[in-house]
Amino acid sequence: MTDSAIVLAEGESHFPPGIHSFDFADWFSGLTGTALAHMFTTITLGVWLTVAILIVFFLWAYRKPQVVPTKKQWLAESAYGFIRNTVAIDLMGKKDGVKFAPYLATLFLFIVLMNFWAVVPGIQISPNAHIAFPAMLAILSWIIYVWVGIKQHGLAKWLKITVVPPGAPMFIYPLLIPIEILQNIILRPVTLALRLFANMFAGHLILLVFILGGFEMLNSSNFLIQGLSIFSFGMGIAMTLFELIVILLQAYVFTLLTGMYIQGSLAEEH
Amino acid sequence: MIHAAEGGAGILFPIWQEMLVGAIAFGLLCFVLIKFVFPRMEKTFEERVDAIEGGIERAERAQEEANQTLEEYRRKLATAQEEAAAIRDEARADAVAAKEEILVSAREEANRVIAAGHAQVEASRQQLVRELRSEIGTLAVDLSEKIIGQRLAGDADTTATVDQFLAQVADETAETSGAR
Repeated sequence: MTDSAIVLAEGESHFPPGIHSFDFADWFSGLTGTALAHMFTTITLGVWLTVAILIVFFLWAYRKPQVVPTKKQWLAESAYGFIRNTVAIDLMGKKDGVKFAPYLATLFLFIVLMNFWAVVPGIQISPNAHIAFPAMLAILSWIIYVWVGIKQHGLAKWLKITVVPPGAPMFIYPLLIPIEILQNIILRPVTLALRLFANMFAGHLILLVFILGGFEMLNSSNFLIQGLSIFSFGMGIAMTLFELIVILLQAYVFTLLTGMYIQGSLAEEH
Repeated sequence: MIHAAEGGAGILFPIWQEMLVGAIAFGLLCFVLIKFVFPRMEKTFEERVDAIEGGIERAERAQEEANQTLEEYRRKLATAQEEAAAIRDEARADAVAAKEEILVSAREEANRVIAAGHAQVEASRQQLVRELRSEIGTLAVDLSEKIIGQRLAGDADTTATVDQFLAQVADETAETSGAR
């Protein structure tokens, strides 16, 4: 299904993996080079599957909510309640927490499932390994926390809260304010996007190194090297398990940081 | 192969078509979950809290009611006991009063009887004194006549006369007592 797999089947060596491993061909070759290029690929399939699975599951599980929940309803509630309680309400308190919990929960679920494609056989690439998706989410987070801040305090006061560090002596402002602007307004979305992207990118690369490396060794004429390929595959499996942790952790970190930025915009001082 | 063409840094430049797809897909997901799913979850959470708190409240109300009933019964019991005590006291007071009354009337009756007895005795005595007075007068006259008449006859006769007179008086007195 993936291009890597197809290429392997054709017997053409793809080793060592590099940035070319992240290029996925358009399903319809006629689209390549047009504005619709990159819109129908394994990557976008992952995105649409993510959205479809989440929508179908939640609508199905929450069709008839009951005070005493059924198993599937409990599962859906836990997924939402986890972010609602441990991120939103913990950071912002009951009132604001409940207000922002739906977005944060959606964000978390979306990222988790997007990341999860990295270990799903047949796809084995997370759309988040393309920076477009983390960037899109980071820009959304940025828009939300800036908008919330301006709505809460007004533009001038929000800017003051955000870029003027409290308690610093006046003469140091010219030094501190540019740093604060860079840190709180410009770098926040960049680091958000890069952190998620780099983790998924690196994860994919590591899996490719061990699995493609295993195949490469298997294809070797040397019997000893063929035998050693088993270790390469073993590492591939171990790294897949490790990747599972990264998948959850990075989704949580992205959500938590977004929540913290929103909380910072709501608070009187940062 | 855009990335390869742009070199290693190419991976850091998002493909705009993918951003568009991501935005549309994520937007759709947000719309559905935030509009149709999570608000209903919040509602369910609230209902759950209501159900639990409502149950507690109902239990508290029942407890309150039970306490009130118990209190009422205790009050009623106390009232009844007080009433019984009052009735008992009243009865006792009535009995004492009746006893007093009976005693007083009995004493009065006794006094009245005694007074009547006294009056009768006094009346009898008066009558007796009156009768005696006239009788003694007569007797004295009779005795004097006899003494004077006998004097002439001697001392022995006088003594006999006196003795006879006294016996006569005694007889008459006995007669008078017997008549009464």
